Amino acid sequence: MSSVQGRRKSALVVAVVIIVAAFGFLLYGGIDKNVVFFLTPEELLARGTSAYDVPIRLGGLVAPGSVKWDAEKLDLRFVVMDSGGQSVNVHSTGAPPQMFRDGMGVVVEGRYRKDGVFESTNLMVKHSNEYRKPEHGGRPQEMYKSLQKGGGAGT
Amino acid sequence: MTRLLGSGSLLAALGVAIYGALALLVGARRRRADLLRSGELAVYAMWGLVSVGTLAMIYALVSHDFSVKYVAMVGSRATPLFYTVISLWGALEGSILFWIFVLSSLSALVTYQNRKREGTLVPYTGAVLMLISVFFLILLAGPANPFGLVSPVPADGPGPNPLLQNHILMAVHPPLLYLGYVGMSVPFAFGIGAVLSGEIEHDGWIRLTRRWTLVAWMFLSAAIIAGMWWSYEVLGWGGYWAWDPVENASFIPWLTATAFLHSVMVQERRGLLKLWNLNLIVSTFALTILGTFLTRSGVLSSVHAFSEGPIGRYFLGFIALVLIASFALVAGNSERLRPTGSLEAAVSRESVFLLNNLFLSAFTVTVLVGTLFPLVAEAIRGVKVSVGEPFFNRMTLPICAALLFLMGVGPALPWRVASPEVIRRQLLPPAVAAIAGLVISFLVGVRSPYALAAFTFGAFALAANVREFIDGAVARRRAHGEAAPVALARLIGGNRRRYGGYIAHLGVLTVTLGIGASSTFRTEREATLRKGEVMDVGPFTVRLDDVYSREEPQRTVLAAGVTVLKGGREVGRMEPRMNFYPTSDQPVPTPTVRSRPAGDLYINLQAFAQDGSNATLRVIREPLVPWIWIGGMIVCLGAFVSLGAGRRETAPAAARVKTAARTRPTPVPVEEAVR
Repeated sequence: MSSVQGRRKSALVVAVVIIVAAFGFLLYGGIDKNVVFFLTPEELLARGTSAYDVPIRLGGLVAPGSVKWDAEKLDLRFVVMDSGGQSVNVHSTGAPPQMFRDGMGVVVEGRYRKDGVFESTNLMVKHSNEYRKPEHGGRPQEMYKSLQKGGGAGT
Repeated sequence: MTRLLGSGSLLAALGVAIYGALALLVGARRRRADLLRSGELAVYAMWGLVSVGTLAMIYALVSHDFSVKYVAMVGSRATPLFYTVISLWGALEGSILFWIFVLSSLSALVTYQNRKREGTLVPYTGAVLMLISVFFLILLAGPANPFGLVSPVPADGPGPNPLLQNHILMAVHPPLLYLGYVGMSVPFAFGIGAVLSGEIEHDGWIRLTRRWTLVAWMFLSAAIIAGMWWSYEVLGWGGYWAWDPVENASFIPWLTATAFLHSVMVQERRGLLKLWNLNLIVSTFALTILGTFLTRSGVLSSVHAFSEGPIGRYFLGFIALVLIASFALVAGNSERLRPTGSLEAAVSRESVFLLNNLFLSAFTVTVLVGTLFPLVAEAIRGVKVSVGEPFFNRMTLPICAALLFLMGVGPALPWRVASPEVIRRQLLPPAVAAIAGLVISFLVGVRSPYALAAFTFGAFALAANVREFIDGAVARRRAHGEAAPVALARLIGGNRRRYGGYIAHLGVLTVTLGIGASSTFRTEREATLRKGEVMDVGPFTVRLDDVYSREEPQRTVLAAGVTVLKGGREVGRMEPRMNFYPTSDQPVPTPTVRSRPAGDLYINLQAFAQDGSNATLRVIREPLVPWIWIGGMIVCLGAFVSLGAGRRETAPAAARVKTAARTRPTPVPVEEAVR
């Protein structure tokens, strides 16, 4: 009786170990394949060919004067650069965030293609929760005065 | 004045909490009734003092007292009164104050409810709750003091975080989340209290623990659904879940609490899994603290951000303390937590519960690992990474499918032993439903294996759970000659705990249907329209009429006037907006949603021309989305029905036999008539 119980117990332990090990292996493999690196243009370029076609988040500043936006085709091209002067061309489909403009911090999610263009699937503007004093003339209230309907009363 | 009243009462509460914890611990150990009495009073006193502190903060917010640090951080004269009040939980300090307010209220409630209970379980439980309070009150006294002095006093403040004041659900989601999170402290305290008082060998404490877990679980479920709804209504991408660490932080303890609510039945009915259950309670509590740490310390944006602020270290220290102390206590008492029953057969309801717990644990570990991996990678290897959504989906969707399957098998199988004949009889109808589910979903165009699995196993579980209601009601009808609705109502009323659980299952299945359909049949289009131009999405035609702005006291609104047509007929006007708050140079997207039971039409204003001549709209057609929110409400209803269960139903199995024999009104109880 007790040996049967003992055998049952050790069989159970072995089963649990196998399940845990298999699960751990799955987890490790899953993570390994789905880690998205957060890189600057410099780090991206330093990776050479290993940077091609894997999911990457690229962070940097929008290079001044580089933004080309075709509203009809929803086609957006710009250059992301870092403080070291390295830069990467980015292409994305879809409207940029409203306040997207030269010199601002962005994070683009996507893949770096072999032709040297970063194909973005998601474009995020870096913003902090900290309070920043609006620059003079940069207040949205002033920027959109022109759109105001008579008296400011909306629909 | 408000400042002094607030910080004074919180400091006094800290002193009272320390005294109360010591009085209760010593009083329980030495059996000193006088100490126990004064410890009990300390629990109420702490609640009173914390309430004064919380009211002082609300008063400071409402009266725009910018000499108070927290008000200067989140207040502004332009913010409407309602959002001023709820900015109480808008930032770190206020939310910790709100946390301790909920915790002290629950402590007082637990103490009051059980004041006549014999033994030392309740004093020890109270002491544990007071010790948790001490931690949060220390945070409020030091690193997270909301009543700090600001000098010189500013004339106005920046107002709350724009995301907080942009939607009414922000008034709902955080309180629910805190009720859920903080509520999990009570089962933890009961568990530790049971070990300390030696009552762990009896089953009385498990009933209290189960009920409180259910209460907290109900709030946590509601909070998760409200959070999904909020992100859907506010963030502008038309989704409700992105495996974001903040979402995961609320979901992980929900998983362990769900596991507990199931496995505790095995303990009550069969005397198994006692040690496991205690570990689940401890883990759930630790995970709520971890969740607060993740969402409130800034660690998510960068590992280094948190080490700059002191809060993170306090939290890590507290989590370590909780884990070490609890597991040491539990391990030291593991002899007393030996099973008093045994697993009799490989196929039975308890074995289904075992599998359910296995899968829920795997689920928990997966989400936890995926959430913490980036932090560990950054801390150890110095690289910034994130774990992509595909990881979570690929790992967890098979687990979800397995859980759906078990949700159908569990209610169908009897306790102890299920004979092959019973298995066949019970599982045949659900299996037929599963095949029907598979065929129908394939015919309507579902091709993704995950969605097919969800609809197949969902139909299986639906049939199994609905059948419990039908069979029970039919049996009652036959036995008592009641009308169908009466029979159903009495069936549920007579065994609220069991049928409440099945109602919660139906809610989860409704959520599954909503998620499965909306992610499978989502149509999305984005286009730049000039005024008067149209775009087609599914059965709808969307026309841009106008682009305009307007001023509101606390913000500038920029909106697109949109007309929605269906089959050439106008069915509605919608106004997707961007709200500009003075605190942020980024607008807050404010999509509009036209919700019908069949699905939503979701329009977000992506961009607009500076001169108002055109606007870029993202239009999404998502079927059955509202059923996710409705399903969430059904889950909570199920939990609520279960909570109403009387003492007889929730008493442990042995006691139930006795009372049942004494009070049994009819010779054939419905439950047995069904089998």
